[in-house]
Amino acid sequence: MTAAYAPDVSSPPADSSFVVELPAFSGPLDLLLSLIREEQVDIYDIPIARICEQFVLRIRTLGLNEAAEYLEMAARLLRIKAQMLLPRSDEEQWEDPRAELVRRLLEYQQMREVVDVLERRGEERRNQFARAYLPQAPAAPQAPLALSLSELLSAVDRVLRAARQPNIHEVVPRAIDIPGAITVIRSVLALRARILWTEIVERTAEPWQILSTLLGLLELAKLGEVRVSQPKPFANVEISRDAASEAA
Amino acid sequence: MTPLAKLLEAALFASARPIASDELAVLDPDASRAELQSALDELREHYDVDGHGVELVEIGGGWQILTRAEYTEAIERAQLAARPARLSGAALETLAIIAYRQPISRADIEEIRGVAVGGVLKTLHERGLIDVVGRAEGLGRPLLYGTTPVFLEHFALRHLEELPRADELAIALRVQRPEPEPVAAAEPAE
Repeated sequence: MTAAYAPDVSSPPADSSFVVELPAFSGPLDLLLSLIREEQVDIYDIPIARICEQFVLRIRTLGLNEAAEYLEMAARLLRIKAQMLLPRSDEEQWEDPRAELVRRLLEYQQMREVVDVLERRGEERRNQFARAYLPQAPAAPQAPLALSLSELLSAVDRVLRAARQPNIHEVVPRAIDIPGAITVIRSVLALRARILWTEIVERTAEPWQILSTLLGLLELAKLGEVRVSQPKPFANVEISRDAASEAA
Repeated sequence: MTPLAKLLEAALFASARPIASDELAVLDPDASRAELQSALDELREHYDVDGHGVELVEIGGGWQILTRAEYTEAIERAQLAARPARLSGAALETLAIIAYRQPISRADIEEIRGVAVGGVLKTLHERGLIDVVGRAEGLGRPLLYGTTPVFLEHFALRHLEELPRADELAIALRVQRPEPEPVAAAEPAE
């Protein structure tokens, strides 16, 4: 494979597929206009065969093969050329196939004249500065940090003094004892078929104890061991052994 | 100088943009149009006759103080100010079309230029020279572009009408035929 593939380094870049020298012309109309000027022909009577030939030739030499717009124009020229070759049956009715192209060329030419005006005026204006043209001055850099040792030490002192009495709040974990509460409820229920909430929660009970009992009770209810009922809102909660589970 | 001329000078000096006549009128509600105009003339003459490094220019629908062109190079050499980059040929062509045909859609610009203009439009928009001024009726409701006051400023135009009228443009190619006639064949027989 290496033997078969011998890149010819010395070959000109002519066959390189991407040689687009666009800066010379700003488009196919521009190229066409410059050809018309070079060939010194009348724009209202373009010798289409000659111009078309030149155009295609120029595309080739400029390496514009990749530029679709130029190819499209070349195709258009060839079509007009073909149309011109068709015999004219009626001279009166005959429409010049070049008319549309001429219209576009004139329009483009007119625009180029405006470009000249704009270019000239823009160049004049470029040479004058308005007051506010100056770019925003960059923000002044911050002054270097000025700090004496005594200032630093007093700052450290202040920090240490503030840290001397730290206000640390100690968090004490309070275990919620659900298994314990369940044992208590079970044992009470073993003795009595029906008990009241106020009977298993002491009046002096701490919140965590009440919470434990409540969670234990809910757990037992979920397991189906007890039935919990309340005759009316805010009334005392009645706890009884679940008849169904008892039967089983 | 009259007090009004001095006031205008101060305002023009302070302003970042050309000041429109309406805005000048706000500076001194008592001054009439004619008084403002004569104060502007006075200021311009003051700069021109007494020999100043700046001049008063009517531009972009207003008035602005600009440095005189002969000092540009020295100012730029000293890096006190930089001239804006020149626009490319493609950008100028596109601007010319928009200036005359606004509001105009991208497709219509491309029809005249014969090449795609998407990238150029973006650049012109970024430089503030054109803006979207609406949407066309019809398929896809394409955006319509128009020029901005910055465009006028950039090309030292007082207003759009200062551009040559279409019929004033001498079509260079016409010299091929001394007496230009409309393309006879282009007109359908009536």
